[in-house]
Amino acid sequence: MVAKTSHNDGKYMLEVRGLTMQYGQRVIQKNLNFHVLPGEVFIIMGGSGCGKSTLLHHLIGLHRPVAGEILLAGQSLWAQDDEQRAKLLRQIGFLYQKAGLWSSMTLAENIALPLREYTDYSDDEVRELCELKLALVGLAGFGHYYPAELSGGMQKRAGLARAIALDPKMLFFDEPSAGLDPTSAARLDDLILELRDSLEATIVVVTHELASIYEIADRAIFLDAENKTISAIGKPDELRRTCENPRVREFLTRAGKFKGF
Amino acid sequence: MSRRSSKAKREAVKVAGLEFLAQDAKGVDLVFVPGKKCWVSVESRHDSSEKPGKAKASLRGYWLQTAQRPGLENLVLPEGLQELELDCSDVTQWDSSLLIYLRYLERLCQQKKLQCHKSNLASGIAKLLEISLADDADKAVHAPRPHFFQRVGLRSRQLLHNSLVVLAFIGELSLAIFKLLLGQPGFRGQDLLQQFLGAGPAALPIIALIGFLMGLILAFIGAIPLRWFGVESYVASLIGIGVLRLLAPVMVGVVMAGRSGAAFAAELGSMQINEEIDAYRTLGIDPVRFLILPRFLALTFMLPFLCLFADLLGLLGGMVVAVGYFDITWLDYYETLIRTTRLADLWVGLFTSLVFGALVSACGCFQGINCGRKAESVGKAATDAVVYSIVCIVLATAVITYTTVILKI
Repeated sequence: MVAKTSHNDGKYMLEVRGLTMQYGQRVIQKNLNFHVLPGEVFIIMGGSGCGKSTLLHHLIGLHRPVAGEILLAGQSLWAQDDEQRAKLLRQIGFLYQKAGLWSSMTLAENIALPLREYTDYSDDEVRELCELKLALVGLAGFGHYYPAELSGGMQKRAGLARAIALDPKMLFFDEPSAGLDPTSAARLDDLILELRDSLEATIVVVTHELASIYEIADRAIFLDAENKTISAIGKPDELRRTCENPRVREFLTRAGKFKGF
Repeated sequence: MSRRSSKAKREAVKVAGLEFLAQDAKGVDLVFVPGKKCWVSVESRHDSSEKPGKAKASLRGYWLQTAQRPGLENLVLPEGLQELELDCSDVTQWDSSLLIYLRYLERLCQQKKLQCHKSNLASGIAKLLEISLADDADKAVHAPRPHFFQRVGLRSRQLLHNSLVVLAFIGELSLAIFKLLLGQPGFRGQDLLQQFLGAGPAALPIIALIGFLMGLILAFIGAIPLRWFGVESYVASLIGIGVLRLLAPVMVGVVMAGRSGAAFAAELGSMQINEEIDAYRTLGIDPVRFLILPRFLALTFMLPFLCLFADLLGLLGGMVVAVGYFDITWLDYYETLIRTTRLADLWVGLFTSLVFGALVSACGCFQGINCGRKAESVGKAATDAVVYSIVCIVLATAVITYTTVILKI
């Protein structure tokens, strides 16, 4: 199952080979195989409890897989030593479900921390970068605010500003629209697409928000909670019409009814 | 990067650059030399006395964080410019370092009232700049730093407000107790039992240890001056009065401040953060009666019992030293104790601990329910609960001691 080689020729930004995830003895998902192309918006969808977030945590190296391999930009995540892996993971930005902003720091300090830790930008440049990143997510001038002083949508956007602080090649989003009203969610979706186009980043989104799935996905995979593996892969529109798995069709048509398809 | 010496490596260093290009009246290409602050002809390298009004800022090379870049602080705009065109067509690779430079340039142009054109930017750069300068971005209001007198005023108002919050809490708690006396407890009996178990029996081991050692230590230390006068047998009265009246209540109070007071603050604080307190309020359940009252009652009424327990172990500890170390028989110890210590000493001590129980639980609950919503707020609430509890304990001890002396109890 596990491929012997730990390199691909770099044509995939992310590749997952035979990944199995377990909590103790409980298998969450097994034998996952998929890849993400550069510049793609790739969606991991599925019902609640199917292991979407767990998969995302594996992809960003928070959990070690029981079996299988994860290749970031052609390099196997767990074949590296700790330092190399940390370096590899620094190329990715992550927006946590609850934004994950450090609550004891202002927004500017939140963004400045990775910059000060890992780059040699001067203080002036760091200040400019904080302003720039905040402006990019529509929070210009909010640098001196603490996360607790902002609304949920603003916190998400601030989290995104921090995620892009180090100019990552890949961005991961965990339920970006969770807890947001439809308008804010749509604005965040637009922002994701704009950043993809202008930063030329590859984007992986975990969501069950159907409006987002249709809006932003280039390709999507459906994680099935019942047979514990990927049961569909492709464009959401096509999957809704042609997928053989009834659960996938059902999942994707609820939005169809919703949007008046 | 500058430390790398070999030629091969020096070639690998990526460099970013910026040049101001212009043409003079005769159509000769000029380049701006920031060091000399003047324009130089590209071909003949002669200084030019002209100050062209229109120039092009040509950015080139590798605008990467890791590359050698011109610093923001060194940027000098040529004098006499009216129009500046930003050109990134020679940029090989770029990241945010280019964006901040462009933004900086543009701001500088605005300051010096130059016209700034951005015709020749790659689509990605142009788009990011556009987003970052978009007008629909929410504008935060920068409050100016207040004047000294304003700050004094604001601070005083804050202090006043804080004391009102304390008063409001005391009021709410009194009201809750009043309603309890009227037969409307407002909490579940199970919760009360839980709190009693947590504040009482669960604390026995630590109270036992502290009480016993306290008696032991006091006996050793107290025996020193007593021995000067040859009245070592009076160590029993020292322990009796010292422990019963003062040491046991204070030590039990301090231990319970660290143990239960901090726990109350942390519990209620995390409930505050999780919006659980709000959820109670929305349901019409008064959090003061539902959450705070059981804790308050439990600690207030358990503390005298804990104090009594500490009294017993303190006397026992003292006796161990008296009998084992100073050759006083246990009968002597007992007899001296009974003869010199009055029951009133015990009552004063127990009353004191009752007051401490009320103070410690009130401090803990107050800090918890007024906890902020940041990650460090719970920690601060717990710390403050302990600090304020101990301060209150010491103040209350002073008041009670003074009063009892005046009243000759």
